[in-house]
Amino acid sequence: MCNSILQVDVIIPTQTKYLDLIGSIGEHIAKDLDDFSGDREALAYHLNLVLTEATTNAIKHATLITPKDTVRISIHIQDNELNIKVYDHGQGFDLENVPLPDFDQPKESGMGLYFIRTLMDSVTYKKQSDCNVLEIIKYL
Amino acid sequence: MKLNLEKMNGCSVIFIQEERIDAHNSGELKEYILHMIEHGEVNIIVQLESVRFIDSSGLGALLSGYKNAAAKSGKLALACCKQQVLSMFELTRLNRVFEIYTDLNEAFESEA
Repeated sequence: MCNSILQVDVIIPTQTKYLDLIGSIGEHIAKDLDDFSGDREALAYHLNLVLTEATTNAIKHATLITPKDTVRISIHIQDNELNIKVYDHGQGFDLENVPLPDFDQPKESGMGLYFIRTLMDSVTYKKQSDCNVLEIIKYL
Repeated sequence: MKLNLEKMNGCSVIFIQEERIDAHNSGELKEYILHMIEHGEVNIIVQLESVRFIDSSGLGALLSGYKNAAAKSGKLALACCKQQVLSMFELTRLNRVFEIYTDLNEAFESEA
């Protein structure tokens, strides 16, 4: 695989049984990168995790409104920048107002976005006219 | 969620038989543990040797079990975590909450 350009687009039904598939794609991409000198196994796990968490969020948002919706996940690598976009059709949320987990009094939920923000280099969430886009960037 | 339950050394040991715990199966795990606790099985060890991936919902299911067991004066501990699974507990500081044992013998010894 050449790292110069790679583009993977996947559209799945809003069902959690597809999380394994999406996570596995991230893991395979990490393991096949040519010019990556870091910890490949860690990157593979992190991409699996980030894709799983982002897709779970999109499924949750979508199923609240339209249960038979789909989620689109786009993975693009160019010039050592890995870019993930996850599109949902839910009401959206304000990323800036999502608090950090309380480590002293841990709760059962709210750790997904923390993982994404901690393990990746840039995370934005934008509301567009017909959908919302969670954009995640990792510099390789 | 594929799992086995065995009574060993006075503990209920849940052997998770899945490679992945994510939002697809974590709800089932959470309910299973809650059901055990409601039926008086409050000293639980979750054996995670087969698990190579866990996400935030999986951590949440185990934390739910931990809290519910503690509320009934019991305990939920973990054993046999793979390094990358363990790193998720470290990243969320949940390694300070759970007792995490290298293997089941170590878990049983600490219970004794």
